Amino acid sequence: MIYETLKLALQAIRRNVLRSFLTLLGIVIGVGAVIAMVTIGNGTTAKIEEQMSKLGSNLLFVIPGQLGPRRASATAQPFDARDVDALRDQLRNVQAVAPVSSSSKTIVFGSENRSVTVIGTDNGYFTTQALDITDGRQFLDSELRGGQAVCLIGETVREKLFGSLNPVGATIRVDTVSCDVIGLLAAKGQSGFGQDQDDVVLMPLRTFQRRLAGNSDIGRIYVSAATKDETAKVQKDIEWLLRERRRITAGKDDDFAVADMQQIISAQTATTSSMTILLGAVAGVSLLVGGIGIMNIMLVSVTERTREIGIRLAIGATENQVLMQFLVEAVVLSLIGGVSGVVLGLGLAGTAVGLMRIPFILDADIVLLAFGFSALIGVVFGYFPARRAAHLNPIEALRHE
Amino acid sequence: MATDPPLIAFDAVTKSYGTGEALVHALAGVDLRIDEGEFVAIMGPSGSGKSTCMNIIGSLDTPSSGSYRFKGVDVGTLNRDQLALLRRHYLGFVFQGFNLLARTTAVENVELPLIYRGMRAAERRERALQALESVGLADRATHTPNELSGGQQQRVAIARAIVTDPYVLLADEPTGNVDTKTSVAIMELLARLNADRGITILMVTHEPDMAEYAQRIIQFRDGLIDSDARNGKVSA
Ligand SMILES: Nc1ncnc2c1ncn2[C@@H]1O[C@H](COP(=O)(O)OP(=O)(O)OP(=O)(O)O)[C@@H](O)[C@H]1O
Ligand SMILES: [Mg+2]
Repeated sequence: MIYETLKLALQAIRRNVLRSFLTLLGIVIGVGAVIAMVTIGNGTTAKIEEQMSKLGSNLLFVIPGQLGPRRASATAQPFDARDVDALRDQLRNVQAVAPVSSSSKTIVFGSENRSVTVIGTDNGYFTTQALDITDGRQFLDSELRGGQAVCLIGETVREKLFGSLNPVGATIRVDTVSCDVIGLLAAKGQSGFGQDQDDVVLMPLRTFQRRLAGNSDIGRIYVSAATKDETAKVQKDIEWLLRERRRITAGKDDDFAVADMQQIISAQTATTSSMTILLGAVAGVSLLVGGIGIMNIMLVSVTERTREIGIRLAIGATENQVLMQFLVEAVVLSLIGGVSGVVLGLGLAGTAVGLMRIPFILDADIVLLAFGFSALIGVVFGYFPARRAAHLNPIEALRHE
Repeated sequence: MATDPPLIAFDAVTKSYGTGEALVHALAGVDLRIDEGEFVAIMGPSGSGKSTCMNIIGSLDTPSSGSYRFKGVDVGTLNRDQLALLRRHYLGFVFQGFNLLARTTAVENVELPLIYRGMRAAERRERALQALESVGLADRATHTPNELSGGQQQRVAIARAIVTDPYVLLADEPTGNVDTKTSVAIMELLARLNADRGITILMVTHEPDMAEYAQRIIQFRDGLIDSDARNGKVSA
């Protein structure tokens, strides 16, 4: 009889192709969206963590304002060259200090042009960022001091602007400044946010300030401690020194932040995990909407189904036989929908993960949750109306309108 | 000599719908005996309680008061599953409004009661086709109800009712939607089922011509039996 029940259920599914299809669609979209979004969110978080930890644990970031979402507070005063000098001269156990200012500019070579991140800095940048030069050289002291128009370019810039040509020795225009290319940076790939870290141009800080920014501000400072163990102490020293320099009286909050990799990671992953939560919420809503769709379809078909139940009861089916058929029908639909949803979700996530070059992290809990929810919807909306109908007298069920 | 209890016995059966002003006595206290092998026609004006009576006999509905015994068993004491088994094994019902499953082929509709009897698929199909054949619809086996005329749907419903070889065939206006020629064919089929297989037949009809096929004619009026007579024209 189990076999017959399954057959009856499949028959009913087949006979109501449209209703079955719409029910499936609701489940598939809901489950698929949840799984895709959560998997992408998890991958992004993992990628950021991995990227950040690669940078080394003795690196400290010094930024104006506070860490986290309100970081770009306009009130925070930027740093200047004397802050950098003070850090370099007065701190002990420091391997390198790099001032950094950057903005997005258009660069031109021949007939090609491109919008890239232009970074003004000094040779400390190569040490702090563990950045290698594959061709050419670092900045000369004279170039740094004189603010000369020279630059190093990232791999993406080379590929897009120069193609097969050798960039070193060529001249490109950065915004309004003609700039000699003196070196090519080793490729670094994408950052955790999917940003291309090779789409950059490096130039001396002074050149950037004078000729592009038009001020002497320094956006942030990278400091790398001599060893990992000294990082915490160096961090304290920087805080003390900068409070002094920025005349922050005791009891007042810093208007700058010094953070190590770990703190940056947690700040960033907090951002991405709230993104994951947001994506999850969006997906949850689509699951809910899918559920409501299913409910609608089921309720609309209640009249017809109630009559069907009446007919079956009238020709000798027991209440349990009818209910088993409806239960199996709901379970089969939910299973097909759930499995397709999982496949769709993983497929979408796989594609997105490939495009964004983030790791594919499968969260089994979410898969189970989405699947369970779909099954629940299917069973609740498929089975319970049937249960009510099967409890009627056959004649009442047949008369249902 | 011990006599068997009648197949169907109604004692003061009533059925009422609604309350207060809207109270309707569809059946107002019916006493009725029907023996095995009878062919009974039930007649009467519209709204006189014929369908209500048939539904109660078919155990699709329950009386408001009074007792209904089937083969001596008080149907009122049976639980829902026992009622389902009563319908499954003893009764065949042809509804006034066909009640076929939509989007389901004629042969699958006819097979349905056999599925619940646990019959194997091959045997089921064969018997369903035979039943369709006997109502003259062998060539429409794979048509769905919306591809069939009213009369054809009616005949599928009859095939579904007789495919199980029921003890009792309850037919509520089986010729209500068909032309005279088909009506006659259906009546001859019922008469044959009654004569050859000994199936007890209760049939509601408005047409005196059709009632002539029965051996006994019961007239309903206002929820009561108005007259109950042997059909003089049927030769013994
Ligand atoms: N579900 C119901 N609710 C309220 N009243 C009902 C219901 N079913 C039947 N009735 C009433 O009971 C009475 C008998 O109805 P029934 O269907 O038995 O008549 P009938 O003799 O079969 O008529 P017809 O020849 O038109 O089929 C009618 O007055 C009808 O209005
Ligand atoms: Mg009627």
